[in-house]
This record gives sequence, structure tokens and C-alpha cells, in this order.
Amino acid sequence: MPVLEVSGLKKAYRSPDGDLAPVIDIERFSLDHGAEIALRGGSGSGKTTFLNLIAGVLSADEGEIVVDGHRVTGVAESDRDGIRARTIGYVFQTFNLLQGYTALENVLLGMMFGPGADRERAASLLERVGLADRMHYHPRQLSVGQQQRVALARALANHPPLVLADEPTGNLDPRRATESLGLMREICRENDAAILLVSHDRTILDAFENVVDLAEINRAHG
Amino acid sequence: MGKLLFLVRRSLGQHMLSTVVTVLATGLAAGLVMAVFSLSAQTRTAFAGGDLGFDAVLGARGSQLQLVLNTVFHLETSPGNIPYSLYKDIKGDPAIEMAIPYALGDNYEGFRIVGTTEEIFRFEYREGERFRLRQPGRAFNSQFAEAVIGSRVADRTGLKPGDRFFPTHGVTPDGVVHDRDEFLVVAVMEPTNSPSDRVIWIPIEAFFRIGGHYLANEKGEHYEPKDVETIPDEHKELSAVMLRFRGRAPMTGMRLSQRINRSGKVATLAWPLDGVMGELFDKLGWVTRVLQLVAYLVVLVAIGSILASLYNTMNERRREFAILRALGARRATVFSAIVAESAAIAVLGALIGYVFYWLILTLAAVVVKQQTGVVVEVMAFHPILIKTPIAMIVLGAAAGLLPAAKAYRTDVASNLVPQT
Repeated sequence: MPVLEVSGLKKAYRSPDGDLAPVIDIERFSLDHGAEIALRGGSGSGKTTFLNLIAGVLSADEGEIVVDGHRVTGVAESDRDGIRARTIGYVFQTFNLLQGYTALENVLLGMMFGPGADRERAASLLERVGLADRMHYHPRQLSVGQQQRVALARALANHPPLVLADEPTGNLDPRRATESLGLMREICRENDAAILLVSHDRTILDAFENVVDLAEINRAHG
Repeated sequence: MGKLLFLVRRSLGQHMLSTVVTVLATGLAAGLVMAVFSLSAQTRTAFAGGDLGFDAVLGARGSQLQLVLNTVFHLETSPGNIPYSLYKDIKGDPAIEMAIPYALGDNYEGFRIVGTTEEIFRFEYREGERFRLRQPGRAFNSQFAEAVIGSRVADRTGLKPGDRFFPTHGVTPDGVVHDRDEFLVVAVMEPTNSPSDRVIWIPIEAFFRIGGHYLANEKGEHYEPKDVETIPDEHKELSAVMLRFRGRAPMTGMRLSQRINRSGKVATLAWPLDGVMGELFDKLGWVTRVLQLVAYLVVLVAIGSILASLYNTMNERRREFAILRALGARRATVFSAIVAESAAIAVLGALIGYVFYWLILTLAAVVVKQQTGVVVEVMAFHPILIKTPIAMIVLGAAAGLLPAAKAYRTDVASNLVPQT
């Protein structure tokens, strides 16, 4: 059974001269529970917009997105927020950790808007990503790789069935990128979470068996 | 609720400097409002609201207010003197329970000397409370140049039983010293927390014997009392007579007021005392209102500083809000967090306000006591002590609405990427 089903999805932005510029036009896309798909796409191909639509951060113009049985489209924004908090883990290229919070608190924040803060699980996740001794460090006190691992722990904090990763290793050197990706896939498997990763990095994409070219499914850029 | 507190606590800590500054500004405003209201209420009660022990004051023709300030609060100068015969007349009135003569006009180191009779020690300056003397000590003997001093006089001058002093003419210490009229301190009064603590009480006969206090007779012939001689009434004058009516009947006051103020031309009866003082406060009401207005303006500035400090951080916090939203926080949660943050600053400010209130009132209490002898109770309850913090918290929360609305409108997708 798919954890993610997309059908007839359309999104367009209004350009400064007033014209509507289609960004996403995807007829059908799905991802099974526990599966891994890497989406290949260059700059401006709409890959971040696609992930934001799935996460409910953006609202679609048309079409339907269902995540783990919950419709993300055609529902109120507050419902989308709730679905996102409970069913989706999001790893950003820039990690998006809150600077005023420690590593542990960043992970706890990921839980607060979902099922609720669980300090024990947050600590065990940080331990799992190798940051047991850095839990009380603030992001600026951590290396880029360590920050990425905190972001990963936060994304998995609520046992999400789907993890969205937007260029998650974009800020890492190739060696650390490979290590980090390996850790992410490993932990997602342990947590039975499917991964939908977007990247334009060949090294990263080569690590996936299932790579989809966004240009092939997105008619807006096809 | 838990997540709101978590967000608020973290945010306040993250913006520590602006938090501390706004909390202090809010606290100062709250403290100022509470102090202004409490102080004005307490001073009004002390001067015009409470029982002063006496019902009326008989004195020279002139201002009732000056008479009361001079005799009851030992402030201002005496409006003049009245013939001794008036005292004898009124003392003989069956409706008068107590008539205590006051002869004023000298001081010691700025503390006023009051010539009076031993009756002053039987007088209840408050219901059931009479002047008590510290031991060892005794009341003055009306035949000798002795003095009983108020507790504040003792504290400030160091005078104690057995010490001697020379009075100075007038109400300021720079007058002519009566260097032939030495007085012996025989007792120090227990503190009364009233203007009497700043007074030196001496026998009225001894006061009359001080050089320059006795009058020439009707023919203008110089008079010099002999040591053992009682000074004849015609050579004596009084500053005032403090009156207590039998049964404290207002009718007596009305009757005497009619006789002395309306029909007479020699003297003034200050009655009712709280009415006389109330008039003063009514006249000075605009001062209180100006002070209150200033305090309100300070509150507005403090609330404005909360608004400004939060609003100014909204741009730099857009990414923070976008991240929170991306983690599943609803717009309403972000909005509530900002309002709660604003209210939290006001709560902390209100708490600090009590500290400022305490400081201001403690300082004011010292000054008021020094100047008037009236005691301002720092811990006295006034409804403003509840109303102000509540109002500050409500206004503080309201100040957060505008920044919160800005945070509410934050676009998630466009703010997730760092702005360069």
C-alpha cells in the first residue's frame, strides 16, 4: 500500500508580469511504505515545490495528495499542519535548526506539534546518530555534519511513515555526504519510513536503486 | 500550553538584552503607578482621613488650613496669637472635654518647641493611644524648665534624659538662641508615627518665661516676671488651643464655629479638621492627577517598548517561524506564542514592578516621615497593587498582537531558505 499517492497535481506561480507560470503538473506519482525514491532534478525543476506540496507547506492548485491515508489537498491549512506534524519528517538542505535551541530541544520541537515531546526518544535518536555527547550543544557549536544529523533525528522524531529530503547532503563534502546518506537510509529503514529524496548530485543519486527524473513526470517542465 | 511556555522561555532567553530592558521599563512603569496611587491615598488618609485626636483648633484670625498645619502637623508658621483669656473662656465651656493650650515659636535644631500643659500626656492622639515615655523618664514638671522630647528629636539630636539645651527663637535653627533659658530633658517619648515625634514639649509656664515671650501690659509697661511669680494672664498669649468636644459632638463644633468664625473677629476655629485638610488635598488634586498622568504615560511608553522590541525582531525571526510551521506548528500557535511572549514580559515587569514600588515607597516614606512625621506604610494594601499588574499584563498581551499578526502572516515556503 502506498504511503504517498499523488494524482493530477498542478501548481503554478504568478510571474511578475502577471502571467501564470506552471511549475508542477504531475499526473501520477506514488511511493510505497518503506520504499526509497530519489528524484533527479536540476535547479528550477520544481523539486522543492513538489516536496512542499506533499508536506502541505504549499497548497496545490489542482489534484490530490494523500499521505498515509490522509488527504493533504482540499483541506484546511491547520489540518495540513497537523498531518505534516504527525506523518512527515522533513530534512532540508540547510537543516533549518533553530539556533536558540540545543540539539535535544530541536528534536523535542519536532515532537511538540505532533504526538508530544518524548525526551527519552529524542535522546535515543540523538544517540543513534552519534550525538550522545552533543545533546546540549547549540547548532552553532556543532559541525555541519553534526547539524545534519540533528536535523535527521528531528525528522524521525514522530515515527513518520514518510521522510522528505530536499538536497539533504548539499552542504556536505562528498565523503561526509555518502556517510550521512547511508546513516539516513539506515535509520529510516529501522523506523520503517519511506524516503523521497530530491537531488541533482550524481553521487547521491547513484546510491539509489529507484531514481526518477522529475522532468519525466512533471509535464510543466517536460 | 506546555509548548507555548517552552517557545516563550526560549525566545526570551535568546533575546536576553531586549527582554531585560523591556522588563525593567515595564517594571518601572508598574512600580511608578502603584507608588503614585498608594502614596497619594496614604498621605491623604494620614492628613485628612484619620482621627487626629482633636476635634477643632482655636487660633488667630486667619487661615484655618495654616492653623491646622501649624498645630497638628507642626508645619508652616503660626498665623498669630490669641489672648490667654480666650483659652480660659473656652476651657470653661461645658461642651469642651479637653482644651490644651499651645504656645509656639521656638525650636531646637529645627525641631519645634511646643509650650503646653500636662494634659497633653492624658490626650489620646489616636483612639485608645496616649503618649508614652521611654524609661527612665517622667513627664515635665510645669514649674520648671523641663522638656519631654519626641522620639525623632532624640534620634536626630542625640538628646537624652539629663541633657540640657537652649531653645532658638523662630522655627529655623538659624534664629537667636535664648542663651539664658536652659531646659533639662526629662524624658523621650515612645515613637507614635505621628508628627508629634518631631516635637519638643515644654511646660507652658516655662515657655512664657523664655525671654521675649511675655507681653507688656495694656499700658505698654515693660514686664519682667520674678522667679517664683506666676505670670499674670494679661502678659500671656497663646498660639492655639487644641479642642476635644465632650462626646465628640459635631453640634459643639457647629455652635463654636458660628460664634467664633461668623460672629467673632478675634479668632478662628478650624473645624472640622478632616474637612480643612480635605480642602487642601482637593486644591492639590491637580498635582496628584498630573503625577498619575505622568505614570500612565510611562506605562504607555513601556508597553510601546514591548511592542517595538518584538516588532523589530519579526523580520529576523521569519525563518524561525517558517521552521516552526514546517515542523507542524499552526499559524495560531505561532500567533499565540508571540502574544504569550509579550504577556510574559509584562508579567515579569509586573513582578519587578513590586520591587520598584517597594523602593519608591521606602524612599518616599523616609522623606515624608522626615518632613512631616507621617508614616507611610510600604506594605499597606491598596487595590492599585492588584489592578496595575493585571492591567499591565492585559496591555502587554495587547502589545503583542501586532507583531503576532506579522508572525501569523509569515510565508513558510519562501522563508525556509536562509535569506542572504
